[in-house]
Amino acid sequence: MSIDYSKPLPLVEGTTDLREIDDAIADPMENPRHKEFYTALGIALFCLGIGIVSVLKLLLDGVGVWGNNNTVAWGFPIVNFVFWIGIGHAGTLISAILFLMRQNWRTGIARFAEAMTIFAVITALLFPLLHTGRPWLAHYLLPYPNERALWVNFRSPLLWDVFAVSTYFTVSFVFWYIGLVPDFATMRDRTTAKLKKTIYTIFSLGWRFSNRHWQHYERAYLILAGLCTPLVLSVHSIVSMDFAVSIVPGWHTTIFPPYFVAGAIFSGFAMVITVLLVVRRIYHLEHIITMLHLERMSKVLMATGLMVGYAYSMEFFIAWYSGVEFEQYVFINRAFGTYAWGYWIMVTCNTLIPQVFWFKKCRNSLVVLFIVSITTNIGMWFERFVIVVSSLHRDYLPSSWGDFIPTIWDFSLLLGSFGFFFTGVILFSRFMPVTSMSEVKAVSDCAQPTHHGGDHE
Amino acid sequence: MSRRLHSVVALFKSPDAIINAAEKTVEAGYQDFDVHTPYPVHGMDHAMKLKGTKLPYVSLVFALIGFIVAVLFQWYTLGNPLGGIGSDLLMLPSWLERYPFVIGGKPLFSLPAFVPVMFELTVLFCALATAASMIMFFCNLPGNSHPLHDTEYMRSVSSDHFGLCIEASDPSFDEASVKTFLEDVGGAAIQSVRQPYKRPPSFLSSIVFFGILLAVIGGVSTKFYLIFNKVLYMAPWTWMETQKKLMPQEASLLDENKKPIFKDGRGMQRPVEGTVARGFMPYQFSKTPDQAGRLLTNPLVVNEANLTRGKEMYQIYCALCHGDFGKGDGKVSNREAAKGLRPPSLHSKKMKGFSDGRIYHVIVEGQNAMPSYAKQIKEQDRWSIILYLRALQRAVDAKESDLK
Repeated sequence: MSIDYSKPLPLVEGTTDLREIDDAIADPMENPRHKEFYTALGIALFCLGIGIVSVLKLLLDGVGVWGNNNTVAWGFPIVNFVFWIGIGHAGTLISAILFLMRQNWRTGIARFAEAMTIFAVITALLFPLLHTGRPWLAHYLLPYPNERALWVNFRSPLLWDVFAVSTYFTVSFVFWYIGLVPDFATMRDRTTAKLKKTIYTIFSLGWRFSNRHWQHYERAYLILAGLCTPLVLSVHSIVSMDFAVSIVPGWHTTIFPPYFVAGAIFSGFAMVITVLLVVRRIYHLEHIITMLHLERMSKVLMATGLMVGYAYSMEFFIAWYSGVEFEQYVFINRAFGTYAWGYWIMVTCNTLIPQVFWFKKCRNSLVVLFIVSITTNIGMWFERFVIVVSSLHRDYLPSSWGDFIPTIWDFSLLLGSFGFFFTGVILFSRFMPVTSMSEVKAVSDCAQPTHHGGDHE
Repeated sequence: MSRRLHSVVALFKSPDAIINAAEKTVEAGYQDFDVHTPYPVHGMDHAMKLKGTKLPYVSLVFALIGFIVAVLFQWYTLGNPLGGIGSDLLMLPSWLERYPFVIGGKPLFSLPAFVPVMFELTVLFCALATAASMIMFFCNLPGNSHPLHDTEYMRSVSSDHFGLCIEASDPSFDEASVKTFLEDVGGAAIQSVRQPYKRPPSFLSSIVFFGILLAVIGGVSTKFYLIFNKVLYMAPWTWMETQKKLMPQEASLLDENKKPIFKDGRGMQRPVEGTVARGFMPYQFSKTPDQAGRLLTNPLVVNEANLTRGKEMYQIYCALCHGDFGKGDGKVSNREAAKGLRPPSLHSKKMKGFSDGRIYHVIVEGQNAMPSYAKQIKEQDRWSIILYLRALQRAVDAKESDLK
């Protein structure tokens, strides 16, 4: 196959007709695939049910139902929190950073990735709230005038986290919704069913596709993208400061912020690929989410995989170079101690397996893509497990050492969080356009005027 | 009844055609016109001769507001802005109380640690203001009553056509000439759009509307009540307060047969007969001073700590009457009212002859006009006073040999 690289590859395959793009994207909403939809929703709801049961058990019995102990006080909840927050980052990266870099291929996948951001952040937020043990007192985290005459401690990384994650959620949500407004308007004009029309009318805010509006809209979108970009970098940096500001060996490192951000994008892209492959197949969006998108995402996946690989080796180097006995012990213990299996799963999944993407054949194989995206998800979950558990279980004083053994409730809540996330994603793909119609139309062939308004050459 | 004309619209097939049409419209001198496209078409702002959007100024202003709010807020709550002035002096309500505590050895206004929150609030304010002002201020939305809604024209431009709309409010508007103009620039499906006919709302729909309005207002105020009067003022954690227990002055708890656990039905019970409270051993030489003098001995050793304690206690309890040096010339004895009372000197022969135990008895039970000091002075302290007293006696009447 010879490709002419002097011209950009088509971002939408097979069609330049704008209404066909609408039809393809609106198809899942207008002709629901009941069998696939209810099967997927059923599985997700089953997992969500398990999650609800484990939350009830937790609320009735207290955090003692988990494997957390005095030594490893953070355990699964914080592992899962960091994991889900990381998943969310790919959405903002695709929608904001690639937008600023004028990477037009992002349009096909941006909406879906943004939706995943929203659900992933909500899922992530559940864990620290439950981990406090008294989620009904969560409003104590906010600085509001109160009868206790107390204010929150703005010097604490945990408080920064509250601000960072809630700002991240709010801004991502606004960004996502602003992007959805024109599509809701298109859906409003397509649909004839009364209830649907009312709902789409309300959410479209009466958008009229006026160029006098587009002018402000485009600028607002640009500003929001510009705001999301430093925001997304700040969120995982602040999450990493929860660890890095402490003095626990294995946590107290300056490499953490960039290392966490790279890891977040890595895991997020993996999750986006996993879910997109399924969605693309079920909804027949092959010509909108093309191999071009998947290949580029696999390249990002490999690049960020190499970044975290660099971070892993640099952590070891610095531990040796620092000459700090405790630091050195923690890293040797990480690779050869009680939780060495977790460490080697992490290394294998995150740095070795993504190397297959050096080969074009692997980048273009759906099976390889799917498998690697799954192993990356597993590897990135284990990365957080290694950071949290292996650092905490052997710190300074041997008298305070202890092992962490997760209980059945730890695992059930993890499963439940997947149920929660996928329930959201499945409902989203059923009731909202999974790809941005207006953006895809804008980048399809012949969608933009040739210069000076002349004829096509 | 013919409705008022809103505009004349035309559809175009390609982006080039609509750009061309927009340029021609500007040239023809129309001002109140608009172009509707399913997506932003590059170069259209230029073709329509639109001025640049002022939205970034709004974003900038709100970003600065967010930043300043974060700085001031953290400075006020944790940075101790008012210095040593107490909030009671300023008569601040308790919810405006500041919380200037040193944490982690950082200064009260710890700027580097406050940076993350400043950044987050800057972004938050800016993003919300950008989105809200774009929709509500710049685009004048939400609004679903625009005449173009629900027209064939809108259904086309929302999907795959490009529309040009010249509005009747334009000073040079004339329906026939506008239609000819649109035809000339290549528009198809040229149509006049009229203002929607507004039916007066029916009685039923008004009832429904006000019903919903009432429900919303009621719901919102209930929610506010619950949040601000219940949730926010919820006591931190009340299990110890609400658990089964006896408080002073309360009736006895009931057992499973609804009978009081204590027979007299009172919550407070007397101690068991013969109970001795800690530090309240009964004095066994009551009314027998001689026996006390013979049998009691001072358990304390002579050292600096005991003597210092004894001096302190002596000056608090004894010196008022007996005088700082035990000469019987304390403040009380100098007063007119106390003329009849002459506290004895502690340096008399009789006093020097008293054994430690005998003096102890006087402290416990009193003597002549002196009342008992058993309530005020603890057992240990009584003995330390005696130690100090002995030192006083010796110092006032020191022999040559004591100076060696």
